[in-house]
Amino acid sequence: MAARKFTIAASAFLLSSTALMAQDVTLTIESWRNDDISIWRNQIIPAFEAAHPGIKLDFQPTAPAQYNSALNSKLDAGTAGDIITCRAFDASLALFQKGQLADLTDLEGMANYSDVAKSAWSTDDGSKQFCVPMASVIHGFIYNADAFAELGLEEPTTVDEFFAVLDAIAAEGSYIPMAMGVNDQWEAATMGYANIGPNYWMGEQGRNALIAGEAKLTDAEFVAPFEQLARWSDYLGRGFESQSYPDSQNLFTLGRAAIYPSGSWEIAGFRAQADFEMGAFPPPVQNAGDTCYISDHTDMGMGLNAASPNAEAGRVFLNWLGSSEFANLFANAVPGFFPLSNAEVSLEDPLAQEFISWRGECESSIRPFHQILSRGTPNLSNESWGTSANVIRGSQTPAEAAEQMQSGLASWYAPQQ
Amino acid sequence: MSDRARKRPFRWHIVVFLAPAVLIYTAIMIIPLFGTLNLSLFTRAEDGTRVFVGLANFQTLFGDPRWSDSFWNATWNNLWFFIIHMLVQNPIGIALAAILSTPKLRFAAFYRTAIFIPAILSFVIVGFVWKLILSPLWGVAPTFMDALGLGDWFAPWLGLEESALTTLALISVWQFVGIPMMLIYAALLSIPDEVLEAAEMDGITGASQFWKIKLPLILPTIGIISILTFVGNFNAFDLIYVTQGALAGPNFTTDILGSFLFRTFFGFQLQLGDPHMGATVATVMFAIILVGVSIYLFGVQTRLRRYQF
Repeated sequence: MAARKFTIAASAFLLSSTALMAQDVTLTIESWRNDDISIWRNQIIPAFEAAHPGIKLDFQPTAPAQYNSALNSKLDAGTAGDIITCRAFDASLALFQKGQLADLTDLEGMANYSDVAKSAWSTDDGSKQFCVPMASVIHGFIYNADAFAELGLEEPTTVDEFFAVLDAIAAEGSYIPMAMGVNDQWEAATMGYANIGPNYWMGEQGRNALIAGEAKLTDAEFVAPFEQLARWSDYLGRGFESQSYPDSQNLFTLGRAAIYPSGSWEIAGFRAQADFEMGAFPPPVQNAGDTCYISDHTDMGMGLNAASPNAEAGRVFLNWLGSSEFANLFANAVPGFFPLSNAEVSLEDPLAQEFISWRGECESSIRPFHQILSRGTPNLSNESWGTSANVIRGSQTPAEAAEQMQSGLASWYAPQQ
Repeated sequence: MSDRARKRPFRWHIVVFLAPAVLIYTAIMIIPLFGTLNLSLFTRAEDGTRVFVGLANFQTLFGDPRWSDSFWNATWNNLWFFIIHMLVQNPIGIALAAILSTPKLRFAAFYRTAIFIPAILSFVIVGFVWKLILSPLWGVAPTFMDALGLGDWFAPWLGLEESALTTLALISVWQFVGIPMMLIYAALLSIPDEVLEAAEMDGITGASQFWKIKLPLILPTIGIISILTFVGNFNAFDLIYVTQGALAGPNFTTDILGSFLFRTFFGFQLQLGDPHMGATVATVMFAIILVGVSIYLFGVQTRLRRYQF
């Protein structure tokens, strides 16, 4: 009798403890967006947890530049979180091919995304999806609207107008024309080359020609952006050679620089820092009336660690990412990261509205070297950091920079040999 | 007598007392070292399995122009980094120690502490502090030089290809000059007064006493400092990573073996890490340091004359 009582008590205890365990599923999220930590902790996570009792989220970001290497080491060692924020294209594809990201093709939420959005996280043949598309960012130039009004300047639309504006700011002298440094190198490539380039190589057309091997990086349309970058150095502040990315951000938000070549991801940070009106214009075209092309880069997705013990809860979370609740929450909490789902989203931030309105006026393209072209060694995307910084610093001519990138690419990429 | 020696039991206590050190050293030094050497002989195949390739990784490192260019660039930069330390850090360290050991100097303890403090600071602090000091936008260096009328001489040194590496080497010298100073200071203090008094009796005082009596007596310490500097410099990484990032800009002019190893092993941004090539670089670094230390041990240390007091 006593023994039976004990068994009942024990099984009741076991049952209750499994119930407790079921309640205690915590999903750890790996991300490189340490800028967004407060938005996740204060807005997104409470909204999700309120709707999904039993699943807790823990947002654990890493510094952006270390994210990929840290993530790879953690996945190899089996210590990575359950939810993985995915870089677009090859970096995540490699993880999927190694079996470290789960196959999400049959996730119901996938129906909420267009094929273009999904393409960044699909296998080359498009048959399998491994990350849920989350956000894209648009490149362009943010400017100090108060300074423009003070100096009587208009948003430039062509390259000539752009340099005329820069000359006017430089001649007046109270503002640094453009806030950018080359110390961290990636700004030169991302906010420089990949920002202004699509207008020269006609967006997707040039990018696909490069992948197909029909165009070379030494062709005029890929050298021309370097030629424009080389002219930028006259308009950057004193000592731009050792100016870092946070330096540039501060220079602009303190109102000391008039134009900031960048992208929509800065909006949230700038809103918090700057106390002047801001505007934005897309990369200027060569001749008035040309079709404009913008870099509208599928930047961020979320996938499931294949080794995660909480796969079921993870799928619930990933499905929720496709809901219109999340899309609206995210788009307005992080203005400038534009959601990729088909859900109707109303943006409140005027600067974010300005950026997203270019989708109607211009042709969208993604960053030139993210798909396929950065699979080998030397890594073309990383090479472009160095060459773009060198061109702005003047230690490489545009032709030399293009030559270096082309020979690096041709050393391992068959269609370019 | 011989009978007693034969009967002497095996001295177990030696084994017992050595065991902790041997075990710990084996676990955390010897096994990882051989693990690294072993890793460099393999590569990862397309399907993710490990394949034995013999010395092919070394062939790639030295034969493939892309790898060998980066490798030699890092090696020469590292050598320059070491030369600056030998030419600047150690002479200044010796001079400071000589000044500190003069009995007439007031506040010697204060100077000693002040000069030594940077050596106990974290690399991260030193890197960021100097980055800020030298910042063309917010730094004190440009303002200070302007105030002295030297404003035109200021340049963004950390961002220029010609000056970035030397600037970093000097920052590192600033940080570590306290260590040779302390070691030599201790060596100078250990010189017995009788020797110095005898020198004074012979009329050798002041500077010539330093050159003729003290310097020869501290030469073994200088040798030790040189080898510590060598090993430290060829393993350096932190300062470069903190100030210039893993890409060791501008244009790889501050890339030293440590940062080259980091990029190779762990990857950077879209470049995925390659543990096997990384282990290859690490093995070559180990070999460079081993050769350097051996040259010192067999070529220099055995020739140093020691004086017993």
